[in-house]
Amino acid sequence: MKAEEIFEKVRAKFAGDVATGFNDGKGGDRDAWFLVEPYRIEDVATFLKTDPELHFDYLECVTGIDYPDDKQIRVVYHVYSYVKRHRIVLKCLLDREDPALPTVSSVWPTANWQERECFDLLGVLFDGHPDLRRLLLPDDWEGHPLRKDYVEADEYHGIPTTRPNPIELFAIKVPSKAAPLADAKKEGGP
Amino acid sequence: MSEVVFANEMDEEMTLNMGPHHPSTHGVLRFIVKSDGEIIRTAIPDVGYLHRSIEKIGERCTYQGYMPYTDRVDYVAAMFANECWASACEKLMAIEVPKRAQYLRVISCELNRISSHMIALGAMAMDVGAITPFPWALREREHINDLIEELCGARLTFNYHRIGGVSFDLPKGWRDKTLRFLDLFDPAMEEFDRLITNNTIYIKRLANVAIINATEAKDWGLVGPNLRASGVAWDLRRDDAYSVYPELDFDVVVGKGLVGTVGDSWDRFWLRCRECCESSKIIRQAVDKIDEHPEDDIMGKLPKKIKPVGEAYARIESARGDMGCYVVGRGAAEPYRARFRTGSFTAMGIIEAKSPGLFLADLVALIASLDVVAPEIDR
Repeated sequence: MKAEEIFEKVRAKFAGDVATGFNDGKGGDRDAWFLVEPYRIEDVATFLKTDPELHFDYLECVTGIDYPDDKQIRVVYHVYSYVKRHRIVLKCLLDREDPALPTVSSVWPTANWQERECFDLLGVLFDGHPDLRRLLLPDDWEGHPLRKDYVEADEYHGIPTTRPNPIELFAIKVPSKAAPLADAKKEGGP
Repeated sequence: MSEVVFANEMDEEMTLNMGPHHPSTHGVLRFIVKSDGEIIRTAIPDVGYLHRSIEKIGERCTYQGYMPYTDRVDYVAAMFANECWASACEKLMAIEVPKRAQYLRVISCELNRISSHMIALGAMAMDVGAITPFPWALREREHINDLIEELCGARLTFNYHRIGGVSFDLPKGWRDKTLRFLDLFDPAMEEFDRLITNNTIYIKRLANVAIINATEAKDWGLVGPNLRASGVAWDLRRDDAYSVYPELDFDVVVGKGLVGTVGDSWDRFWLRCRECCESSKIIRQAVDKIDEHPEDDIMGKLPKKIKPVGEAYARIESARGDMGCYVVGRGAAEPYRARFRTGSFTAMGIIEAKSPGLFLADLVALIASLDVVAPEIDR
């Protein structure tokens, strides 16, 4: 099924502006995508998976992207169908200050870990997630590194997170003032 | 290394810490195992020990400068991460790759697939108690490392592919060496099968252990050999073909449950063995066909300034299955976002769901049969 037909089908199924902004993937963006209202993502996902014509049984990738200039965090879902061999990309635009949307881990269990990673690195909250803990970083880590304005703390439990530049460490120290040299001359040195 | 905690004196449940430096966890991985004697109630994976924030590094490198970092996504099969990143960028910037370069990519990747599967097979056999297959497998891998070293100068983190092509053409005499190796490799695989795959003890140990059926495998996003072992005939190289794979003739091996049930641990082992033979078939054809294309035509035409606007998601069939790379550009020399979707990551997700009821020793077999590589989980 073509991407446009998939979009039309989703738009027809849900009343209101749940699915909008179709991009056919022929411009700079190489894959066709459309926007989904974040609070309806779980319903849309269920529809995509259970509808016999769509049959999206494989959630490839959940990605979070931070856009500070738009004050947005976008969560991108790449979905694919093994049976029908078509694909579509869904995007949810979230408020950067309070990014939250329902989980799709009840639809595709593989979302469980991918959403945890997204929460860990970008701070997106997935409502209804069975186990929303940090995944890759330690539990007491502060901040979300993949946000664009993230500044790494100087140390973590006394362990410095930066180290001196080794090139600077081994650089030959050039005396900054001429004074010591002048003294050496006075004493009859070279 | 392990410490036993009883939560309740009356209940036999104990909490056992496995890893992170456990030899059978394939890198630095930790499991918190709650078990009743030998039988696991739940095993909760704790990952992140090797997290290096490769995606954040990607936002600070130029498009070409990120290539050596992608090696570190999966160091056992670095060629695939190279190819994945290159193809994502090529898709984003609509760069055409010369045919010869595509053949070189196929050859290098398939060699790498064999060497990666050799580690997987040897390590899995060792994890469940058979020591001999490991050095046998490493012997084959050593030959491949030599070949790849001659091709690109590195033995582990190759940095061989480039956006638009590859960095070096075939060295003189390399083709004959490769064919000679493959002539020795095919009988070596038969020998390997006699040694371990069809070994009665080994079959008894692994048949019907940790069965993953097709629906579960799809739902949990298992990919590549793990998915095919569950009976789903799906291979990106054939079904969503990229590069020059349509010109090559090979079979997609699917788990059949020859000694037990479809999708058991033995199936995953057997499938990787067969896949090595298919890869060998592919390489033989590719080194033959590569000469139809002019020598040294290995780099496509790149735009003068690499500052793309837009986004692309490319995927390839890596040794651990469907590896995807999502790249977003916003007109800067660095990508705005670089995301890797890896097979090991999703394979780890299923362990917590599959572990209840397994024997503690079978958990080791499950982890090994899924062929997870810790840096690929943590990135």
